[in-house]
Amino acid sequence: MALYRSSPGRRIAAGVVLVLLVLLPWLLEILDQSFYVSFASRVLIFALAATTLNLVIGFGGMVSFGHAAFFGVGAYCVAILADSGVLSAALAWPLAAGVAALLALLVGAISLRTRGVYFIMITLAFAQMVFYLVLSLKSWGGDDGLSLLHRSTFGSLDLKDDSTFYFVVLALLTLVLAALDRLAHSRFGRVIQSIRENETRMEALGYPVFTYKLVCFVIGGGLAGLAGALLVNQSGLASPSLLHWMQSGTLMVMIVIGGVGSVFGGVVGAVLLLLCEEFFVGISPHWQIGLGLVLLAVVLRAPLGIAGLFGWGRNRE
Amino acid sequence: MRHTKYLSLLAALLVLGTSIHAAEAARTSVKVGFLSTLSGPGAGLGVDIRDGFNLAIKHLNGKLGGLTAEVLIVDDQQKPEVAQQATEKFLKKDKVDFMTGIVFSNLMLAVGPAVFDNKTFYISANAGPSQYAGEQCNPFFFNVAWQNDNLHEAVGKYVQGKGFKNVVLVAPNYPGGKDAMVGFKRFYKGKVGEEIYTKLGQLDYAAELAQIRSLKPDAVFFFLPGGMGINFVKQFVAAGLSADSQLFAPGFSADEDVIKAVGAPMLGMFNSSHWAHDMENAENKRFVADFQKEYGRLPSLYASQGYDAALMMDAGVRDVKGKLDDKEALRKALEAKHFKSVRGEFKFNTNHYPVQNYYLRVIGKDAQGRITNKTMGTIFTNHADAYVAQCKMK
Amino acid sequence: MTQLILEQALNGLQFGLMLFLLAAGLTLVFGIMDMINLAHGSLYMVGAYLAAAATQASGSFIIGIGAAMLGTALLGVLIEVTLLRRLYARNHLAQVLATFALILIANESVRMIWGAQPVLLNTPDELSGPVSLVGFFYPAYRLLIIGVGALVAALLYVLVARTRVGMWVRAGASNREMTEALGVNVRLLFTAVLAFGAALCALAGALLGPLLAVQVGMGESILILAFVVIVIGGIGSIRGALVGSLLVGLVDTLGRAALPSLLRTFLSSETASSLGPALASILIYVLMVAVLFWRPEGLFPARS
Repeated sequence: MALYRSSPGRRIAAGVVLVLLVLLPWLLEILDQSFYVSFASRVLIFALAATTLNLVIGFGGMVSFGHAAFFGVGAYCVAILADSGVLSAALAWPLAAGVAALLALLVGAISLRTRGVYFIMITLAFAQMVFYLVLSLKSWGGDDGLSLLHRSTFGSLDLKDDSTFYFVVLALLTLVLAALDRLAHSRFGRVIQSIRENETRMEALGYPVFTYKLVCFVIGGGLAGLAGALLVNQSGLASPSLLHWMQSGTLMVMIVIGGVGSVFGGVVGAVLLLLCEEFFVGISPHWQIGLGLVLLAVVLRAPLGIAGLFGWGRNRE
Repeated sequence: MRHTKYLSLLAALLVLGTSIHAAEAARTSVKVGFLSTLSGPGAGLGVDIRDGFNLAIKHLNGKLGGLTAEVLIVDDQQKPEVAQQATEKFLKKDKVDFMTGIVFSNLMLAVGPAVFDNKTFYISANAGPSQYAGEQCNPFFFNVAWQNDNLHEAVGKYVQGKGFKNVVLVAPNYPGGKDAMVGFKRFYKGKVGEEIYTKLGQLDYAAELAQIRSLKPDAVFFFLPGGMGINFVKQFVAAGLSADSQLFAPGFSADEDVIKAVGAPMLGMFNSSHWAHDMENAENKRFVADFQKEYGRLPSLYASQGYDAALMMDAGVRDVKGKLDDKEALRKALEAKHFKSVRGEFKFNTNHYPVQNYYLRVIGKDAQGRITNKTMGTIFTNHADAYVAQCKMK
Repeated sequence: MTQLILEQALNGLQFGLMLFLLAAGLTLVFGIMDMINLAHGSLYMVGAYLAAAATQASGSFIIGIGAAMLGTALLGVLIEVTLLRRLYARNHLAQVLATFALILIANESVRMIWGAQPVLLNTPDELSGPVSLVGFFYPAYRLLIIGVGALVAALLYVLVARTRVGMWVRAGASNREMTEALGVNVRLLFTAVLAFGAALCALAGALLGPLLAVQVGMGESILILAFVVIVIGGIGSIRGALVGSLLVGLVDTLGRAALPSLLRTFLSSETASSLGPALASILIYVLMVAVLFWRPEGLFPARS
């Protein structure tokens, strides 16, 4: 069996990283680089989104190519609610996650009848439908997207302040990661990972395989909606490009780089990919060649992702 | 390209320098954040704007209004979130004095609020969304090209004037496509045989062409940006429809980039523009000649807009004598428009969009046998956009 | 009216056969090597660019097509030998990531060589106009595509169903280990299949170039459609790819042609004109979901 197991060492490492992340805004301020606080929020939001996809692909074994639909729907939910005057994060964010989860329930219930590549493509098909529908709706801005003129409000917290917003994102990401870690070791986590390894056997043992997978898919979709809700607050815009299949592809690339089926895989991948992009873009207009070569190197040299290189992942591919 | 790399390196060093010595010292340089689509399917337009802009800087001996020009060039990948990220960096980290370069309106709308909040001037060399011409007009936004609807309106007016009786309109099914049809119909009052909406990014237009054939229109107006337009024109001509229906398009569906990809089937197509490479003024002749020398191709209208954007910054900076922190004075200087555009005379309206002439162009062969645009006549004189009345400029 | 329906059906057929040229290679590579090759679209793009360059240099469209097929096949072999070979044993995710990286590299390389602007590739003069069919005009060039598409379909059928190589291919698609045990040089077979698939891509790129924009990124939009086709048809099945192509071509074309006016008969014109195009855009995805709902492994599963 190759179930995910976190070691004490790994938890200590995660703790150190967390402390560093908490100190980051002050650090950036000392270096006079406070611009990067907002960038860091963005990276963490993508880390959250990638982590939710990792739950679906890495733990649930369901290679979904339509994750951007849930991510984007969450973003649009918050923007639409803000448009009609609902700014409270306590209301809008869970609602965004809820709507995304509902969509995931619908998509999952139909898609999970299929396997392998057919599953990849059917999830893509649903995402494409959402994409084209949003694009043609003028009241949602079409390809202009829907601007969020005011960030959500959260009690007495001032989310407009970049540092405060960063801490909220960091807190939510930490919460989700801790929950994922718990989940991986829980009965549900063991069952879903066993299904990933050998579905037929689990079915023969009498587990309701379909239900387990569907629940996993819905949790992943719902949390992706939450990530979308955060992203629209960071960027101030819900745009159809969030729903585009390239976005699903990007999230997938992140977790493969980081490490599929490792709790921190999504985080590692998101951080690396976004930093790589930021770095390469400045060098040459043909930066995508550099990115392509890096991806190839990761696939060929680090089959378990970067997390795997450090032994943070599962024990085999 | 290497040149700009050194420029940005220089810029980076200067940022380090200026962060130590506060900005009170006299300005010796002006910093421009040039954000445009330089990769992906839409890259051709951004590359043209960039090349036009760079040529102007070269003509100005590397200076804008007498101060050393530092141009930071960044690719937005045609993604709103990338554009926002890059903009934030321009504003907060590089502290640029001007921004320009964005091709697509949806990206412009994505970054606009941050730019205006920061009180940085944005000189749009292409994107002219109706929002910024009307209710959301802003003292810090200038468009040196046109309002999105203008070129469609010009075609509509010409088609109306020529007495075409039955016109079919084709545009992609997204708000920009719907706006194009509205713009066209603002001046064309005759019968519209059908408004055909296509899928964004559609490859094959056989179904639409069969429908057009059955409707027997005497003219067809299409607005299909980028590759879609190329596909449509190629297939329209191959279907033999050009014999019965005259094809019309806004200038951006019939400029050098499209002609280069379609070639002979474009011959005889009418389109509208505020600029053409055969315009007879000294500035334009120099621009067109040097552009060809520098880049080995004819400039497109995008290149002309990039060129004008740099001239406009140059004039603004010169008028305020380099005192870029006096925003009010700089705004007045920009509004005054003390530069000679390659399109000839124009002025800025109260919403900071141009009031200018629009011309009819037809695609034919020039003296050297190249397939290219030829200016036929003026459609609109001193034409303003339809949204200016909604603009309450503060 | 009948003529219009006939013409639209012909359009659907033509669009379908156009997709088939691409889907055939994709489904073979996918079926026989169990390999998701996203770079298939890049091979199509390279084929179109090579055809454009060769046509311009030689002045002959035929030579352009030939050069494009040869050049792209060689490129296919190069990629197979240096990279793809190492990926066959890996899972689908690794394949997706590696071939996605290839897309990025291919796009930028093409942009460095040919520039960011689309390039010229036109219909040869003899085929540029329409011809008269029973009661209506039809573009000669589209008829050519229908002809070539049908020819390739027939050839592939004979090749796969009637020849020894075809037998190996079918065997490889359904059981790789067994084929190897029977003494077939699977390594060589794989290289050959990829080269063949690449040549088909180039043929598609060269043939479609005069109808579509030859530009960077042209591979991705059509790649998605090709995937939809082979998934509907059943992966690894040439017959499935053909049926899937025709289904997608017909449904998409007829949907675009008929949906807006159909909706107008029972909805207000305002609602119909905004709903119609939106529905037409997603019709093929609805088709795919419907097919997979009833047949989770596509219409003609190769591995049953």
